[in-house]
Amino acid sequence: MTEIRSDFVAKRYAAERRFKYYGAGALVITALFLLFLISDIAIKGFPAFFEHRATVEVTIDPAKVDAAKPQAGDFDGIVKDAFRSLFPAAKSRADRKALGGLLSQGAADDLRDMVVANPALIGQTLKVPALLSDDADLYFKGMQTGLKITAGAGTLQIAQSGEEYVITGDTGDLREGQIIRANGGALRITKLEGSTVVAEAVLAPETLNTAVAGQWDMLTLSVKEAERRVNDKQVVWMEQLRSSGVIEKSIAWRFFNSGDSREAELAGLKGALVGSLLTVAVALLLALPLGIAAAIYLEQFAPKNKLTDIIEVNINNLAAVPSIIFGLLGLAVFLNFFGLPRSAPVAGGLVLALLVLPTIIIAARAALKAVPPSITEAALGVGASKQQAVFQHVLPLAIPGILTGTILGLARAFGETAPLLMIGMVAFIADVPQGFEDAATVLPVQIYLWSDLPEIAFQSKTAAAILVLMVVLFGLNAIAIYLRKRFERRW
Amino acid sequence: MFVWTIVASVVLTIAAFLAGQSRAAGMRMSGGVALHSLPSYHGMFLAAGAISGAIVAAIAAALVIGTQSIVMPVAAVVGAAIVAGVLYPRINGEFRARNSFERFILFVLIACSGVAVLTTIGIVFSVLFETIIFFREVSPLSFLFGTQWSPTSTPASFGFIPLLVGTFLITTIAIVVAGPLGLLSAIYMAEYAGPKLRSTLKPLLEILAGVPTVVLGFFAALTVAPLIRNAGESMNLAVASESALAAGLVMGMMIVPLISSLSDDIINAVPQSLRDGSYAMGATKSETIKRVVLPAALPGIVSAFMLAISRAVGETMIVVMAAGLAANLSVNPLAAVTTITVQIATLLVGDQEFDSAKTLSAFALGFVLFIFTLALNYIALRIVQKYREQYD
Repeated sequence: MTEIRSDFVAKRYAAERRFKYYGAGALVITALFLLFLISDIAIKGFPAFFEHRATVEVTIDPAKVDAAKPQAGDFDGIVKDAFRSLFPAAKSRADRKALGGLLSQGAADDLRDMVVANPALIGQTLKVPALLSDDADLYFKGMQTGLKITAGAGTLQIAQSGEEYVITGDTGDLREGQIIRANGGALRITKLEGSTVVAEAVLAPETLNTAVAGQWDMLTLSVKEAERRVNDKQVVWMEQLRSSGVIEKSIAWRFFNSGDSREAELAGLKGALVGSLLTVAVALLLALPLGIAAAIYLEQFAPKNKLTDIIEVNINNLAAVPSIIFGLLGLAVFLNFFGLPRSAPVAGGLVLALLVLPTIIIAARAALKAVPPSITEAALGVGASKQQAVFQHVLPLAIPGILTGTILGLARAFGETAPLLMIGMVAFIADVPQGFEDAATVLPVQIYLWSDLPEIAFQSKTAAAILVLMVVLFGLNAIAIYLRKRFERRW
Repeated sequence: MFVWTIVASVVLTIAAFLAGQSRAAGMRMSGGVALHSLPSYHGMFLAAGAISGAIVAAIAAALVIGTQSIVMPVAAVVGAAIVAGVLYPRINGEFRARNSFERFILFVLIACSGVAVLTTIGIVFSVLFETIIFFREVSPLSFLFGTQWSPTSTPASFGFIPLLVGTFLITTIAIVVAGPLGLLSAIYMAEYAGPKLRSTLKPLLEILAGVPTVVLGFFAALTVAPLIRNAGESMNLAVASESALAAGLVMGMMIVPLISSLSDDIINAVPQSLRDGSYAMGATKSETIKRVVLPAALPGIVSAFMLAISRAVGETMIVVMAAGLAANLSVNPLAAVTTITVQIATLLVGDQEFDSAKTLSAFALGFVLFIFTLALNYIALRIVQKYREQYD
């Protein structure tokens, strides 16, 4: 009998432990998901905060740049020529085009700004960094292809037969597609026939001398040429640039202080950040006074009747209406009926104001409710009117709580995307908005726009933009938590 | 001209305040009149009059002439001056300026609370009007029961069923993920975790709740979807690159904090006496939770799930980025399906002429979505309210 019972108890205790583990497991899964999400985005986005530039020596030819009108000068030509002069062997049209592809479309922008600011530079020769294209940039970040360089160990003989080269000698293990650099050239292995190796020229070697150990090396690329955006020749050039030390890596400040662009390496967040600030400012200026006023009325003055009930139920329901519905409202009412400009921060701000209004009202009501009635009663007791009691005594005490709720509402407005798609804030806008009625986009919508683009570089930019957004949101939340801790008062 | 109107109104309001205050103060100084209200209330009374006059005149001018002309700030100035001028002589010792001003403030407060109601009315009417126009062109029956959704083809067909099925497929996946995770973590936090562990776990869920959905959409589309596709391929399963599973999984994780925090509140609201009674009978903690606490909290948990479903159905960005665009009628979680919100977003993004059936159909979808989520929310909130009263 006792045996059965202890067995039964053990079973129940096992069930007890299992149940507890389920609960802990659920939390662990949630935490792991969050960790995976954040680390995935951080790893993807971090490289986008850096950019690679090649230092080139340019001569600002007065024939190309008119001192009277330096803006109109042919800086593109100057920088491109200077860059090409690093590779005197590349003469053919195709080669020059491939070389140009390593430079950004905006490589000359920095130089132009420099010369426009200081026209005395015209006629001088100076070293300037030229921004690389997104593909080259990704290559130097190691995101295009895995590269392994093996120093040559043995002695190598190269013989030319027509278009092909035959490599013999003590080369060690070779595979098709590997590139052998020797004698100033680069040869890609096309066929392995026993001990003879047939290769084609990526860059024709200058001589056919025998290369001993240390004079040649071998590049192994893990991604096939057809599957990457830089070809073997560009890889060889870029390795030359790297070993000659002209490539510098620096923080990509242009990510924060330039507008959107079709070119990944030039695209920045400034337009979206300014757009977000303007939009959220409109939302805050409208929703904060409205929300506080509504909360004061409902919490302090409203009579208990049917109408008040309707308003309350309505606010609670409004807080749970899908945000895209607010976008439909904005489109039909603000844009089509009131004729506000499309894509403008005013319209976006109005929609977001309505969207966060219920959140602010609910938070403000909770803060007002937390102020004990004795405060009001004391004020009334010394002869204050009800409004004097509320505005001069209750409201000041509720302000920290109201601000905390407002900041959380603000964070929601900052991260909101869907309703802004409806009112046209998804257009490609390269200029930084100057006012509330200019076409603008906001940070989350910029993320959405970039995530849709096929270039790999934009994927990284998207993740970086997400990191910026998350930092802003964490900052807002930290302020809210600080306010709550600093001014929290237990009555 | 907006800025100038605001500047003009503010300047005149301040001027009116000063005028009223000094007139009242002057009366007290010179005549020795006993004022009913403080001079500043006389000032605020006049200021309230001035700002109302300015706003009414400016809106009238904007409606008649437009917002771009100089008339708007001028009208604001004139309106403010007229109202303040009319009210100015009323200031005397007897005048109950505070009472009048407080009536004005009360009116303003009521008007502000009315904005929320106006928003709801605005939503209903803006969506309803376009929906009615849409149903003049497309019969409601073919909309509600059609199985073909291709708004851009010619002839366009607006059958709503594939969207409904897609929405419910993704929502179901989300709830299957979020339900157990959210409920179990709520139980753990409410019943097992000590205050210290609780204070580290709560922020974790709050962080997850605060992640913008566009971020989750990016994660779903670029990380989760390829993972699922690779996993499926290694098991020889055909997985669409925009599978419902990826969107549903991530959406489920988005909803976990919602279910968890609502259920947490509800479980905490179950009176301790119920648990004590169960322990006294010799039940273990898990038996108490399963047989006493959860049944007592059931209505609240049901409403938490309803709110979660409403949230999932209305969620836009995750599905816009990670779910498909083509309206396939399928319940296979590995296939690409589309949802109501995806269609609303894609139909209304970009320039659109407002009278085409294609654009209007988005409003019809919005109407369905609004009614559905409103009904769910309303019922859920009523259940929570009733339940709260039960134990209060």
